[in-house]
Amino acid sequence: MFRPRVIPSHSLRLWRDTRVLRVVGQAVFLAAVAAGAWWLLVNLQANLRSSGLNLSFRFLRHTAGFPISEGIRYSPTDSNGHAFWVGFVNTARIAAIGIVLATVVGVLVGVARLSANWLVRKLAALYVEAIRNIPLPVQLFFWYFAVILTGLPAASNSIRLPGAIYLSRRGLCMPWLIPTASFATWRWFLVGGAVSAVVVYAFRRLQLKRIDRPGIPILWSVATLLLAGTVGWCITAGRPLALDVPVFERFNFEGGIWLSASFLALLVGLTTYTGAFIAEIVRAGIQAVDRGQVEAAKALGLRRRNLLRLVVLPQAMRVILPPLGSQYLSLAKNSSLGILIGYYDLLNVSTTIFNQTGRAVEMMLLIMGSYLSLSFLFSFTLNYYNRRMQPVEK
Amino acid sequence: MPDDIGIAPSDNVQPLPPVDGIRALRWARQNLFGSWFHTVLTLASAALVATVAFGLIRWAIHEARWEVIPANLKLLLVGTYPTDQMWRVWMTLYLAVLLLGFSGARRGGSIRRISEVAAGASILLGILPLSLGVRVWILGTALSVAIGFGLGCLTLRNGGSSVKRVELAAWLLSVPASVILLNGVGGILPVVEARAQWGFLLNLLGATVGICLSLPLGVLLALGRRSQLPAVRWVCVAYIEIIRGVPLITLLFMANIMLQILLPDSIRIELVVRAMLTITAFSAAYMAENVRGGLQAIPKGQREAAHALGLNSILTTALIVLPQAIRAVIPAIVGQAIALFKDTTLFGFIGILELLSVSRSVAANLEWRGTVFELYVFIGLLFWILCYSMSYVGRRIEKALGVGQR
Amino acid sequence: MSNDAGIIICRDVHKWYGSYHALRGISLSVRRGEVIVICGPSGSGKSTFIRTINRLEEHQRGQILVDGVELTHDLRSVETIRRDVGMVFQQFNLFPHLTVLQNVSLAPIWVLKMSRRKASEIGLRLLERVGIPEQASKFPSQLSGGQQQRVAIARALAMTPKIMLFDEPTSALDPEMIKEVLDVMKALAVGGMTMIVVTHEMAFARDVADRIAFFDAGQLIEQSPPGQFFAAPQHERTRRFLSQVLQ
Repeated sequence: MFRPRVIPSHSLRLWRDTRVLRVVGQAVFLAAVAAGAWWLLVNLQANLRSSGLNLSFRFLRHTAGFPISEGIRYSPTDSNGHAFWVGFVNTARIAAIGIVLATVVGVLVGVARLSANWLVRKLAALYVEAIRNIPLPVQLFFWYFAVILTGLPAASNSIRLPGAIYLSRRGLCMPWLIPTASFATWRWFLVGGAVSAVVVYAFRRLQLKRIDRPGIPILWSVATLLLAGTVGWCITAGRPLALDVPVFERFNFEGGIWLSASFLALLVGLTTYTGAFIAEIVRAGIQAVDRGQVEAAKALGLRRRNLLRLVVLPQAMRVILPPLGSQYLSLAKNSSLGILIGYYDLLNVSTTIFNQTGRAVEMMLLIMGSYLSLSFLFSFTLNYYNRRMQPVEK
Repeated sequence: MPDDIGIAPSDNVQPLPPVDGIRALRWARQNLFGSWFHTVLTLASAALVATVAFGLIRWAIHEARWEVIPANLKLLLVGTYPTDQMWRVWMTLYLAVLLLGFSGARRGGSIRRISEVAAGASILLGILPLSLGVRVWILGTALSVAIGFGLGCLTLRNGGSSVKRVELAAWLLSVPASVILLNGVGGILPVVEARAQWGFLLNLLGATVGICLSLPLGVLLALGRRSQLPAVRWVCVAYIEIIRGVPLITLLFMANIMLQILLPDSIRIELVVRAMLTITAFSAAYMAENVRGGLQAIPKGQREAAHALGLNSILTTALIVLPQAIRAVIPAIVGQAIALFKDTTLFGFIGILELLSVSRSVAANLEWRGTVFELYVFIGLLFWILCYSMSYVGRRIEKALGVGQR
Repeated sequence: MSNDAGIIICRDVHKWYGSYHALRGISLSVRRGEVIVICGPSGSGKSTFIRTINRLEEHQRGQILVDGVELTHDLRSVETIRRDVGMVFQQFNLFPHLTVLQNVSLAPIWVLKMSRRKASEIGLRLLERVGIPEQASKFPSQLSGGQQQRVAIARALAMTPKIMLFDEPTSALDPEMIKEVLDVMKALAVGGMTMIVVTHEMAFARDVADRIAFFDAGQLIEQSPPGQFFAAPQHERTRRFLSQVLQ
């Protein structure tokens, strides 16, 4: 009589059922994680209670009471919340400028690494290899303590660069445009120009689609904006913007715009450091474009300008964009090192607020939240452009 | 040529090959002065390089006060490590170069070259005008390399396959052994106080411990991120994305301030340990992303073949998937290791006296005012040599692994 | 525990991928020592079907019994069955970081808990059997496609399976290497191995198969011995397929 070695399903051992094992496995894991988090929270509450600080963000409305030497309008009588905002803007400011400059440096050096000129090639390689292997804090200290604080003269003896730009131990002073009385009127021309620019852009795109030819509608928009601005400038009485030139009075410069030593050192450090990494990314991207593509395009009769724009750059960009995005994010995160050299960025201001108020958890959440938002913003933008760049694959 | 001159025809038929000098000129014309644009570029760059280089050399010889380095060398390199216990630091170094020589003899290639460089460097440094005692210790390093090398050659001839396992175990155990040796263990070896003031030693220690611990943790996170169980996956993703979204310095700040609030009073974690835990947790997230890339590159068929043979999930992961995945991303792992080493300079932010912080206090000393340039050139050079060597090793490994697609 | 009902018994097996009905009520039995060739157009569910037999895919309805053990969610049944069933893949799936001999001896060492020496002996013997003992210490990337597939067969045989499944074993090979693999498979069949082979090699089917099963759109359309299958196919779809495949 045939008796199969069947394991009857009604007596299927639970501990060997793959479905059960999966659910139980996850439950155990989650329980362990939850237990750990619970224990930490209990400790947190006990410690907070004993120190008399309960979780609340009301301290953000209290007076800050400490100075911030650079950034948007601020005085020590403003609230902690406003101080935090000043720090945030400072971080955003140096991140934005740093990204632009680092990209310029990176593209130049990256292209230089592939130059036909031997000297240029070797110098670019030297730059990249030197910068990449020295820690950023060391480089920042070098720029700040060595170059600026020790190497540059005092403010009274500033190095004068052409165009009323003064470089000294205190930083950089240079002329800046400031709005005059007639700026308010001119502003309306700019607003009108911007609105027309958008309209022109949409219009031009529709027109191009109708006649079915490629074009660059953005140029038309920029032209419209410039036109509106120029017309407004000529029409408004007096000049809407004036040049404010710094003048040295007694101990300090008055007028113009002042970039602190910390800002300069941080900017130069971040730019050179990230620029080196971007150079490698650009180099890899250009080298990734197959030689055969360029040859085929030349054989088709494409001129050099079109060749670069239509064949080489799109393919290079696909390889360059993801690591480039993460370098940008890296630069934004590295701006937090400004605290080491006295730049009033987000982290610096937050630690000062913490030192004054003792609010560890709340400040921690604010700091992490700010950087995480920046980070997600970058990732999101990067993914968007990535998807647009991807070739349609099977 | 007429025959009666007396020169054999073959002598003058072939044109002579170009002389070296002419070839060099031709190269210069091609690579430096190919067009008017390039000529301008070359001249401008050469002028720039010349000015900078001469300025630097002039400063280095005439104005720089290089005495600041030897005068503070011990402080910079090992901080306030007690002088009478310095033999322990030397022993740790000897252990490392011994293993280096051992593995170098057995495996040859880049490891052997590194051990040779280490021996050569220590002999060179032994010639420098330092105190006699220190020079003896430095030369001892070369001796250790030689001993290790000798042992390695011996085992090549006599040992069996078990020697490979001993070698691996020795390398893995050397890290905790070094930590115990440096730190001391109650009862056997006097415990060294003020662990947060060991200068460059802390950078090295932090990097080594960080790399050794973050790699396995990163592998676990990467596996968890690809798990079929959603709960595990979400927790790992959350961890990785949060850690990667914030700068290390904020995590160090958090470790300094917040950690105490999250723990009961009975548990106190020392500053250096906190810093190492933080850098490990930080680096693990990046390692996880690197390993994940490797895991994704493994074709599905590999797992299927392993399952079809009867290997369960754990064996499949350990024997088939992980070896291939890690091998594929070793360059990225080496890159992360280098980044971690550079990140140890941030320890100063939470009050640990590693190399950079020590240099700041040296520069603040009245006696050494204005020597910041010299200090940072020294520190920069030190880091540069080590990081460049690490990336060199990484490139060699990449090349070795690329061959044959093992 | 042999019996006449069959070493592999499939009753009304269904499988869905989401809403796509990949296997629609397959009923098939294989007796010990039989060689079944499964053929059909691509997407007909042939590969899906044999992958359900060693649980690389899960079936949602119906019964699959392998040597008396039913395939269920029970972990033990899956492990038992995988020990008795060997599989050879279209893409070979050799482990690139191990030598040929290590590939073959890996599973006996870790699953059958054999000693390293014994596993290596068995491995070498199997490599001889498939005709490439001299490649033992090379890496898979250094071998030709045909050699790699033969290593894959030796690797599966190292577990002394009762049944061998072949999922289009020669489809990824250059034409001049197909014969060496088919020869090994023929030798296996002659030696009495129970085999299910998914393939397009109709000559092989004619020579070696005891039965040929034709799959189309997830259904088993017909199965019959080669003589009858080629000479007198009973269904229109079978006839159409044969006319496309045979020149």
